[in-house]
Amino acid sequence: MMLSGWGRYPRADCRVLAPRGEAGLRAVLAQETSLIARGNGRSYGDPALNPRATLTLRQTDRLLGFDPATGMLEAEAGVLLPDIIETFLPRGWFVPVTPGTKFVTLGGMIAADVHGKNHHCAGSFGDHVESLELMLADGRLLRCSPTENRELFDATRGGMGLTGVIRSVRIRMLKVESAWIRQETLKTRNLAQTMDGFEASRGWTYSVAWIDCLAVGKKLGRALLYRGEHARPEELATDKRAQPFAVPPRRPKTVPFDFPGFALNRWSVTAFNALYYAMGRSGTAIVDYDSYFYPLDAMQDWNRIYGRGGFVQYQCVLPKAASREGLVDMLGRVARAGNGSFLSVLKLLGPGRGMLSFPLEGYTLALDFPATPQTFALLRELDAIVAAHGGRVYLAKDARTDAAALRKGYDGLDAFEAARREADPFRKFSSLQSERLGL
Amino acid sequence: MSSVLILGAASDMARAIARAYAKQGRPVILAARDPGRLEADVADLGVRGGSARAVAFDVLDTAGHGAFLDSLGELPGTIICVVGFMGDQTASERGLAAAELVMRTNYIGPAAVMAEAANRMAVRGSGVLVGISSVAGERGRARNYVYGSAKAGFTAFLSGLRQRLAQAGSPVRVITVLPGFVRTSAIAGMATPAPLTAEPREVADAILKAERGGNETIYVRPIWRLVMAIIRALPEPLFKKMKL
Repeated sequence: MMLSGWGRYPRADCRVLAPRGEAGLRAVLAQETSLIARGNGRSYGDPALNPRATLTLRQTDRLLGFDPATGMLEAEAGVLLPDIIETFLPRGWFVPVTPGTKFVTLGGMIAADVHGKNHHCAGSFGDHVESLELMLADGRLLRCSPTENRELFDATRGGMGLTGVIRSVRIRMLKVESAWIRQETLKTRNLAQTMDGFEASRGWTYSVAWIDCLAVGKKLGRALLYRGEHARPEELATDKRAQPFAVPPRRPKTVPFDFPGFALNRWSVTAFNALYYAMGRSGTAIVDYDSYFYPLDAMQDWNRIYGRGGFVQYQCVLPKAASREGLVDMLGRVARAGNGSFLSVLKLLGPGRGMLSFPLEGYTLALDFPATPQTFALLRELDAIVAAHGGRVYLAKDARTDAAALRKGYDGLDAFEAARREADPFRKFSSLQSERLGL
Repeated sequence: MSSVLILGAASDMARAIARAYAKQGRPVILAARDPGRLEADVADLGVRGGSARAVAFDVLDTAGHGAFLDSLGELPGTIICVVGFMGDQTASERGLAAAELVMRTNYIGPAAVMAEAANRMAVRGSGVLVGISSVAGERGRARNYVYGSAKAGFTAFLSGLRQRLAQAGSPVRVITVLPGFVRTSAIAGMATPAPLTAEPREVADAILKAERGGNETIYVRPIWRLVMAIIRALPEPLFKKMKL
């Protein structure tokens, strides 16, 4: 059947298999020569596509154990984040790291080693994994952790599913006192102010900025920086204090059809960015976790606004010392090209761990563009800027970069390849992305 | 809260149903041929705050159904039969053995256990029986008519049982569920039309709603009522030519 990632580019006709249970998975591994595991299909490009065999593991979604004394949760890899949040937030536990959408599986979060708005203080998802059970190409089931089969663990977090199939996971949940976030918004006038804002927000648990990617000259890099803390019950309105974990249910809206290609153009995107910035106000507010962490999830199928041709998200990170120069260069290039994105996100990351894991200490910028030839030309230019500044692109978002850029960006690649050779010598685990990148 | 017995509990659909009932605070009994396969599901329901246990049940062992129900201790308040086996249509066409297994698994076995349960509930004077049948039973089609015929039998059986109990003045209710396409591992490789494809969770919600009252023959997605009305109304000469 035709499959794609969240960006709906590229699409591929994939043979989909749904093995049941450990024995079913082992049988499929014995039979197939090339396959990849797929969670909820929320990576943007082609890492969860393999025309020969794509394994859907969404139905492997049982919660296996929880220790309320320590917050240790054991669950199968196909469990979706909303399932975890709905089960544990009312008991005072939240996920230690969450990406910008909640429609992801545990396995997918490890394969992409996702980061969240708290990366500067909490690290990425893999840093909260106590251990995981990985089924290798030969059907062996191995427990991997920072102390057991460590190389394989480091290769698997961020390894885009290329080391094996994650069966189950043990993660350490985060104790919270309410389902609400105390959010403070800072409106900045230029990139220097935005970066100063991030530095000044180091003591905050969460920080992220929406950036006006079409502002030029003195306004380049102007942004709305949102920082947040889990709210304590006494910070809530009096009527909410008695039930700090009760949040109003959100009725998701849907995008009912694919927007035509011309709906997003230089003028509409510029107008949107300018308006969004103008509407932003500095100040403090108490917002529910859903609105704070997952604003886009409120609009189901928002990927349809880019039309049938799909879109690509470009996310890169630049080492801190080179961030300012690189960001000025990139934002200038994007503004000149004029096909800027609705959603441009900037965040200061902390140091990273793992071999193919994305984060490194510095600024990460994420941009959306329609999948057009002009976009691909622009992104090749951005790749060059990223490489020149010692940065790298995020594989969970990628649909188009090349092997040379990957090798330049990821200094852990040799270690990854060595670990993978040992775990999967015949490269049974492979995706359109891994083939494109020569992995 | 009265307990819920789920027959054929190893399927994705059954898991969603079990979770929905556990969330309501109802104790859940999961029944499948190999209860060892249900260990993770029992753990799952427990972590979610519910209470569950697994028992062995073989739908084909019709002679043992009465004893199976009596072995549970108290008769559950709600009994849901999720048993289903698509089989291989081509194999069913080639040999009676394959066809008969499909018929026994989808019709004789489920009808037999529902009959035993209905009699016990009628004596008690309360209970709800839920049978998961199929839209495939509404008109036999070339691609799955052996399965469809068995489901047609089950649908008719539930319909008759419902009328019999009502006419006897029994408060026991019988609910027939026609799910349509459901996004389970069973159809993972099929590109089914999105508006016609329900999540397993929607099936569970539809059952809970039907249990509270109202319609007793339910299509999980209402559009299926229209789709099947059209398919049933197609004139035979036209229907014979269609690839449905």
